[in-house]
Amino acid sequence: MQTLTKNQTLIEINQLNLFYGAFHALKNVSLRIPEKAITAFIGPSGCGKSTLLRTLNRMNDMIPGTRIEGGIAISGTDIYSGDVDVETLRKKVGMVFQQPNPFPKSIYDNIAYGPRLHGIHDRKKLDEIVETSLRSAVLWEEVKDYLKRSAFSLSGGQQQRLCIARALAVNPDILLMDEATSALDPISTLKIEELAQELKDRYTIVMVTHNMHQAARVSNQTVFFLNGEVVEYDETEKLFSNPTDQRTEDYISGRFG
Amino acid sequence: MNNIFVDANRKQIAGRRRIDFTLRLLFLIATSIGVIALMALLIDIISDGISMLRPELFNNFPSRRASEAGMKSAIVGSLYMLLIMAPLSFLLGVGAAIYLEEYAKKNRITRMIQLNISTLAGVPSIVYGILGLTLFVRELHLGRSLLAGAFTMTLLVLPIIIVSAQEAIRAVPKSRRDASYALGATKWQTVSRSVLPSSISGILTGVILAMSRAIGETAPLVMIGALTFVAFLPTGPMDSFTVMPIQIYNWVSRPQASFQALAASGIIVLLVMLLLMNLSAILLRNKYNKHM
Repeated sequence: MQTLTKNQTLIEINQLNLFYGAFHALKNVSLRIPEKAITAFIGPSGCGKSTLLRTLNRMNDMIPGTRIEGGIAISGTDIYSGDVDVETLRKKVGMVFQQPNPFPKSIYDNIAYGPRLHGIHDRKKLDEIVETSLRSAVLWEEVKDYLKRSAFSLSGGQQQRLCIARALAVNPDILLMDEATSALDPISTLKIEELAQELKDRYTIVMVTHNMHQAARVSNQTVFFLNGEVVEYDETEKLFSNPTDQRTEDYISGRFG
Repeated sequence: MNNIFVDANRKQIAGRRRIDFTLRLLFLIATSIGVIALMALLIDIISDGISMLRPELFNNFPSRRASEAGMKSAIVGSLYMLLIMAPLSFLLGVGAAIYLEEYAKKNRITRMIQLNISTLAGVPSIVYGILGLTLFVRELHLGRSLLAGAFTMTLLVLPIIIVSAQEAIRAVPKSRRDASYALGATKWQTVSRSVLPSSISGILTGVILAMSRAIGETAPLVMIGALTFVAFLPTGPMDSFTVMPIQIYNWVSRPQASFQALAASGIIVLLVMLLLMNLSAILLRNKYNKHM
């Protein structure tokens, strides 16, 4: 199955509706997200972009009163059908949050947290995972001599890269980034963006951003949401230079949002 | 050039300053009353009891002669009770707190349980004594034993532990749970590896403070029939026993001045023990706060 780009579809969202109690948060969303590329979700606050992101690793399950209709298939498996348990799903679909949220543990133990959950306790193996993950997140050189230090001794930008490394340590295929740079300064933001560019060769990245410029700079595809609906979905370059929908044009030219 | 400060209302500002000063003084007095009363109490007890603070106090059993009387059985009784009560109330209290905070659905039944626990924390301790007497001493045939006493005290401190452990667990930010779940953790993995390590210092502080309350309690143990004159050490959980506050109560109620001094020295021992427990609570908190 082909998407906009030459890459294969990895995530297929089909006629998805999501309700928080009586509130209809996502309306008939259908999308195909290609593998090993960056897909950005943009739109004004409350448009449902974060909600959709959190359906991909079922973090919405924990909000009481959430109801879902329609389906999401990742590599052909319906993730809401019971064919895959939620722990495996989340191992394969990593997530980085808006605020850096390291555990109050050492840098080493933060990275080792995930592998330990999934049964890896061999010291040598863990050492190896910690190093590879930190290298992947371009943090290794900065922290390799301080692995025993508290994760809170790091700066905000470093903490966020630590959280990315922590997500990578369980060997996911997909990485969800929920406004992962919105709490960071411009330099740290740039580093995370560069990191995302590097990671997309190996991982499928879906990022939510309220920063249109970031979507334009970083992503391959962009989805524009408004009031729980997908307004437009296209290659990033095309969507920003030549949007087909008037609302998209209004949004990206800064007339609202 | 116009002076921009010309419209300052000096009179009004002087009034505000006066109120500021007066209130500051009032708050200082309020604090001092508490501190002074406590200091006076401490000095009074120490000056009364210091003369009887001698090795015999720790090595001897109670006696009719004040010069030979000690509180060995009471100290050991209190420690034994602590030994049974601490792990029991920790497991039950923290278990209940975890259930209520992490597992229970937030519905009417949970809210009712919650309300009941908060109310139980305020029930007078003698009521727990009556419950212990009926349930443990009589119904379960434990007699006037150490075990019956420890169980009663466990019930007494349980609501306090549950409430404080719940507060500690609730204070763990949601983002820390999310981080764990997003890595594929199950509920128990998240609770045991993320929530509890983040809240353990608060939980332990609550447990230790509850323990120190229990160590100072007299009424429920008088109710279930802890003895006031025990000239032997309990050898097992089914033996009868006494505890420090009961021993002190017994000495205070005697007319002789020498027993009054003995009671004061007993109070010093009890206070030191409580201070040590509170100190360990502080040390524990600092130890676990290192990575915060």
